[in-house]
Amino acid sequence: MSTVNPAIGTDAGQGHAEEHGHGHGHEHHGSFISTYVFSTDHKMIGKQFLITTLLMLMVGGALALGVRWQLAFRWEAMPFFGMLFKAEGGQISPEFYTMLVTMHASVMIFLVIIPILAGAFGNFLIPLMIGADDMAFPILNMLSYWFMWPAIFCFGASFFCAGYGAAGGWTTYPLLSALYEAAPGSGAAQTFWLFGLTFVGFSSMMGSINYMTTIINMRAPGMTLFRMPLTIWAMFITAILQSFALPVLTAAGFMLVSDRMLGTTFFIPGGIVVNDNDPTVGGGQTLLWQHLFWFYSHPAVYIMLLPAMGMVSDMLACMSRKPIFGYKPMVYSMAAIAGLGFIVWGHHMFTSGMNPALGMTFMVSTVMIALPSAVKVFNWIGTMWGGRLQFNTVMLNCIAFVSMFIVGGLSGIFMAAVPVDIYIHDTYFIVAHFHYVLFGATLFGCFGGIQFWFPKMYGRMMNEKLGKLHFFLTFIGFNGTFFPMHLLGVAGMPRRYADPYLHPYLEHLLPMNQFMTICAILMGCAQFILLFNFFYSRKFGPTCGRNPWNANGLEWTAPSPPGHGNFESVPICFRGPYEYSDPNHTEDFWLQTDQPVKKAGDNPPPSAAH
Amino acid sequence: MKRFWCFFFMFWPIVAFVLCWIAPDMGWWFPSNGPTGMKAASPIGERIDDLYYMILYITTATFVGTQVALGYVLFKGAAMTDEGNEQKVWYSHGSHNLEVIWTIVPACILLFIALYQMDVVKEVRVKSAFPAETKGGTVAIAEVTARQFEWRIRYPGIGPDGKKLPLMPKPQPTDLYTVNDLRVPTGEPSMIILQSGDVQHAFFLPELRVKQDAVPGLDIPVWFEASKSGDYTLLCAELCGWGHYKMKAKLVAQPEADHMEFMRQLTVQQNYDGVPEATNEVAQGEE
Repeated sequence: MSTVNPAIGTDAGQGHAEEHGHGHGHEHHGSFISTYVFSTDHKMIGKQFLITTLLMLMVGGALALGVRWQLAFRWEAMPFFGMLFKAEGGQISPEFYTMLVTMHASVMIFLVIIPILAGAFGNFLIPLMIGADDMAFPILNMLSYWFMWPAIFCFGASFFCAGYGAAGGWTTYPLLSALYEAAPGSGAAQTFWLFGLTFVGFSSMMGSINYMTTIINMRAPGMTLFRMPLTIWAMFITAILQSFALPVLTAAGFMLVSDRMLGTTFFIPGGIVVNDNDPTVGGGQTLLWQHLFWFYSHPAVYIMLLPAMGMVSDMLACMSRKPIFGYKPMVYSMAAIAGLGFIVWGHHMFTSGMNPALGMTFMVSTVMIALPSAVKVFNWIGTMWGGRLQFNTVMLNCIAFVSMFIVGGLSGIFMAAVPVDIYIHDTYFIVAHFHYVLFGATLFGCFGGIQFWFPKMYGRMMNEKLGKLHFFLTFIGFNGTFFPMHLLGVAGMPRRYADPYLHPYLEHLLPMNQFMTICAILMGCAQFILLFNFFYSRKFGPTCGRNPWNANGLEWTAPSPPGHGNFESVPICFRGPYEYSDPNHTEDFWLQTDQPVKKAGDNPPPSAAH
Repeated sequence: MKRFWCFFFMFWPIVAFVLCWIAPDMGWWFPSNGPTGMKAASPIGERIDDLYYMILYITTATFVGTQVALGYVLFKGAAMTDEGNEQKVWYSHGSHNLEVIWTIVPACILLFIALYQMDVVKEVRVKSAFPAETKGGTVAIAEVTARQFEWRIRYPGIGPDGKKLPLMPKPQPTDLYTVNDLRVPTGEPSMIILQSGDVQHAFFLPELRVKQDAVPGLDIPVWFEASKSGDYTLLCAELCGWGHYKMKAKLVAQPEADHMEFMRQLTVQQNYDGVPEATNEVAQGEE
């Protein structure tokens, strides 16, 4: 039947080192603390990141349900979650609503998407996939995880300040975020938020330095740059993006903190009166914040996407039993996305009043960034074309990634065009777009990645039936929630409105919003299946061998789970990672470490592309 | 089961397509409460809609094309694992020619999309290209100041000759004020100066397809033209605090004569000192 059958495939293709069974994996001299808590092992750090981010995903999801509840059943007491804010009467007040919007975005972006990609998958996969025994700087790596906790603490503390949390939007535009009196959440809550952001920045920075160094210096013999799996290319490019863009945000964050606490006026113009307070004194520019913020946060959008693109490329090739279509164009297009990603930040500011000539320039660069994304989509479809598709949970999530990314990419063209953006800017069209990219693409990619690499993490398979059920419900819930948002956007419904129906031209959209909320609740509940599957399979899943998917990468030659130091001996890499179904080879996969057998008329070891 | 998933992945794009197809009839399309219905209420707004439709057609074609290709790939790939199917996997590392084609063709289309927008961007945003009535972005009919959570509007007063005075950068004793009620003449371009009194807001006229952030510390000229008389929605589109959703206001477009009449009445109202004057003709006719 299928080529990838975990039950059968466990021992297939284990040409070497069969005696390394399960059980060798964990043992590592060290106390509980140094093994599980302050571990310097990249695999443990990766798992720590993964579990932390999955739990944060639930927190962020709960906040989103609050938003959805208000939009569908405005001013009605929220069931279940309402008891968390009893002081408010279980109702969502307008100031509470703006807090929910802000904190949902902040948690999802800074505590889920960025750390699950770079932190969890990056940490776990980079050394394994390039054949290294660990990261270049293990202690720095440990710190990158433990700096997440002050961040979580700061974001968490924000909930317990006046206003129940920062409420200036995740973009924290001054002056709402710069003046204490501007909003109920602009006091201590905003300060905590800014410190939380800074700690996330530290964490990401330590990670990126580590990834770059590791990928450049610690590749196994034979692992040339163009034999690296696309996941590694993506992580490498992401690390470069992050390390160049992040300092700007950190600096901007400190400038805003100093505006708030030390009396500087980087972002505060003079003569502003907020809530009947004294007029401000100063000569700052609020647009400066927008430039600095988006200079990081637009590349950050690609930081939140590229690793998932890389992972999906690997999974698609494996589950299609076919080499990746156009390996080098895939690498070049990721590099192009990263390069162009630095010169498109202004498209978030088309309506901000910046110089129109600048707007035109940003429009051209922004429209053009759709090109590398299109090339990638064509190559993914080309990869699946004529393959033996394995319809398992991994593949379903990857197909969903491609399908949803097409929508997210195409809707991006609308807002890249300045005149159209003038109308749809800050409407639900934007919300639809970025959820299609960040949830539809990135999170489905992550769900696939969890299912795919779980056996390597824990030596056990995740449940396939539960995985498919989770996928089915999430996919339906996702599209039911977010596709109608395009229409809301065209209908002109602005974002971040606690009660849009106050405006007569939006009144008729209430039933649609109720439908979306029901879908969102369904989708939220479905995530418990993932959590259950994850924790259940970790204990009770069927054990598996080294290479349950019959994949090619170096990580599949290590034991499952790999012991300290990953590989028994230094792996030697003979070919690219995508040699599936090579007619010159007896099996439909060809491990990167398999010695080439000399045959008459044999091709030289295949290079990766063209 | 694998066929089920193929249908599953083909099912949703069809639903999405149908949903968009019926959306205008169901009222899930451009706002239709205004005097012009679903059509944009300003000439430049109509051109923005045209650009929107152009992008919509191009992206729909791409969407349909890629989803059909995806569907074909899925069904074919599912058939490969059928029992008795001896077909070999297509062992290919890619095609240079294909890559060149599918880089150059989309690049040309995208470049065309970007360049095709330029004229409208220029007319909407570049001061020197503003309509003649605004004299290159120098003559405004009102100053709109957004604050938490209302719109304050300052018009220039009416001079002794019965004509409007010019709008001065600083408030004048003759100035007229309204709140949440912006009046403009119909059928001619009007320019306002947009300001913020506190945090950042955004001036959003959905029916006219106008949006411009009100940035603290900046005076931003915005021009628009209401093609039909009537009431239009004016609201805030940038998060400005808890009351962001309730910055509800209206733009009232009136024929020139009615507009002047309103200004005259506003002058009388504002100069009214509490002592009824039988001789005041204008005040008598009022509410």
